[in-house]
Amino acid sequence: MKVRAQIAMVLNLDKCIGCHTCSITCKNVWTSREGVEYAWFNNVETKPGVGYPKEWENQDKWNGGWVRTRAGKLVPKAGGRWRMLSKIFANPDLPQIDDYYEPFDFDYQHLHEAPDVKHQPTARPRSKLTGQRMQKIHWGPNWEEILGTEFAKRSVDRNFDAIQKEIYGTFEKTFMMYLPRLCEHCLNPACVSACPSGAIYKREEDGIVLIDQDKCRGWRMCVSACPYKKIYYNWKSGKSEKCIFCYPRIEMGEPTVCSETCVGRIRYLGVMLYDADRIEAAASVPAEKDLYQAHLDIFLDPFDPAVIEAARKEGIPDSWLEGAKASPVYKLAIDWQLALPLHPEYRTLPMVWYVPPLSPIQSAAERGRIGMNGELPDIASLRIPVRYLANLLTAGDEAPVVRALERLMAMRAWRRALNVEGVEDHAVLKQAGLTAAQAEEMYRYLAIANYEDRFVIPSAHREYANDAYGERGGCGFTFGNGCSGDNPADLFSARKTTTYSVHPNRQEKTGVTS
Amino acid sequence: MMNYLHQFAFQIYPYIAIAVFLIGSWARFDYAMYTWRTGSSQLLSSRGMRLGSNLFHIGILAILAGHVVGLLTPHAVYELVITAPQKQLLAMWVGGLAGVLCFVGISILLWRRLFDARVRATGSFGDLLVLVLIFAQLLLGMVSIRLSMDHLDGSVMVVLSEWAQHIVTLRAGAANFIYGVHWVYQAHLVLGMTLFLIAPFTRLVHVWSIPLGYLWRPYQVVRKRQATLNYGPRA
Repeated sequence: MKVRAQIAMVLNLDKCIGCHTCSITCKNVWTSREGVEYAWFNNVETKPGVGYPKEWENQDKWNGGWVRTRAGKLVPKAGGRWRMLSKIFANPDLPQIDDYYEPFDFDYQHLHEAPDVKHQPTARPRSKLTGQRMQKIHWGPNWEEILGTEFAKRSVDRNFDAIQKEIYGTFEKTFMMYLPRLCEHCLNPACVSACPSGAIYKREEDGIVLIDQDKCRGWRMCVSACPYKKIYYNWKSGKSEKCIFCYPRIEMGEPTVCSETCVGRIRYLGVMLYDADRIEAAASVPAEKDLYQAHLDIFLDPFDPAVIEAARKEGIPDSWLEGAKASPVYKLAIDWQLALPLHPEYRTLPMVWYVPPLSPIQSAAERGRIGMNGELPDIASLRIPVRYLANLLTAGDEAPVVRALERLMAMRAWRRALNVEGVEDHAVLKQAGLTAAQAEEMYRYLAIANYEDRFVIPSAHREYANDAYGERGGCGFTFGNGCSGDNPADLFSARKTTTYSVHPNRQEKTGVTS
Repeated sequence: MMNYLHQFAFQIYPYIAIAVFLIGSWARFDYAMYTWRTGSSQLLSSRGMRLGSNLFHIGILAILAGHVVGLLTPHAVYELVITAPQKQLLAMWVGGLAGVLCFVGISILLWRRLFDARVRATGSFGDLLVLVLIFAQLLLGMVSIRLSMDHLDGSVMVVLSEWAQHIVTLRAGAANFIYGVHWVYQAHLVLGMTLFLIAPFTRLVHVWSIPLGYLWRPYQVVRKRQATLNYGPRA
């Protein structure tokens, strides 16, 4: 047993209102720079839809993630090492910028400077790549917002596999949900395995996956290898970039920006202990439907004395072991089994999990056709097909999704009975396999969702930090060439990068380039 | 004056080029590693990349390897296997074939860089310069193959490789070999050295980074938190 710790995330889709605050705050902090205008480390998609970039879930198209060979070996879907290197001159699986969208801005200045004309002046779009006029914007960030575009286009969504999808195009049967997405900081990351330079790595102490910007050479194999398409090629710097899980904040014990600013309080951060020796075996179980269980099995019980002892031997600090005991992620994923991994069939063992969303049964109830399954409404009467959620979260296995949805409903029914009728409805809890104490705690974590309960992040330790003595006289990292300061357009063809800053009204405007 | 220029071009310039290439590359690697990149623009436009980039890279790597082996293998060594005229013929065939592949590839890439609006707008002057110079160098090389059909005895080839071997072994009098060689060869040499000269300041540095290590490394990379560096007792 080799114990490792990771800060993992859970998102409660049942409460996501699709406000995009997470995306915007992330964008402002990390990707408001030339070269990554099109990149959203965090984005929120409306499902069903093809998503961002288009059809990211279609691995027949992008060859992302891993596959298990007939001999039982795990290899990247794009091919083994020789095959990967043979694609280095031109990666046939690389998405084009139009698959994300061509970044654009509007000629706002024209509104100020337009002469006196008969018609109201307009701000027309202009490409941020070429600087040329764009006559029509064909695609943009979050183009499918709240079921934008035709059903025929949206229904290319791979999560409709094995579903008679035609009927969901009709108004009466239509459904939707929000899916906020960020880097999964996988236990078995495909991007790391695909990097020819070995520039992408997982940090041992907290599991965050990072790209070494100095070592990255821009071979761009990681972009296609990541099945979640969460690595972005910076066309200006020629390096790949990705979500960094706000590691400077995590190290200080603070939640990521997306979690901190989530107005719906849907995000949870906490420590998970797992057995690093069992990663490969878990990722290569034969049946895709078993991957969720295999993933659950490599997590370790933070209360088990043997685990604690082994963790201490690995040098995991006690504050982290305490954090693991209080981890909201552990409660949601293991204790209550409400949270499920996103597309476990990619075999990357993702570490950002999702609580599936409940959906209305009101219309069915009004028509008197609501089916009951014992004490609870039949899950089949929910608007979002269970199979759709199963394709998204459990490689098509409906049982874990049904269990999670039933538990969410049972908790609500129990609480409603308590508040409205003043009775303890034990029958409904029993059917969902919950005790009153568990339901009470679920209510606290899911409905109240206090800050301290959602984020249990032990800070990094002094021992983890490198001695800064060797960095004396250094210039730090500046998205350019460290020491040349304001003039990175220097001898070695570093390129001047514009930073787009949004100035608060009262603040005096200063230069916008850096 | 002509003599001075000749001596400069073929005796001094090679060392300037090599020195700038090596020291410049080292300085960039050490001082500005963030700028060390392939400079791929495939994200912005894949059109023509599959054919163009593959042909170009395969062609130019074959040509580079051919030049290194062909120019630097001592006469006495290859003579054990092959005569000079045979070696010249082999070089013409292999080099010619790789040259054609490379030519098709670079033509596509050059067309793309000049006429694809996105690639043109986002690329730098250096990107275009590198492509144009390599294109010119390739044309000179192809013309030199045609010229060498007029002297199939291997004599010019031997003279050129003597020059190269004198240069890399730091011997005087290297430039004297080049006297009387057709101007196309001379231009090819000067332009070739110029490519070495500008390499550290352009995307060409990525030739240093051919990622062969990937073939042996394990798939997963985990960085341990580093042990505290020990600089000894501080004053």
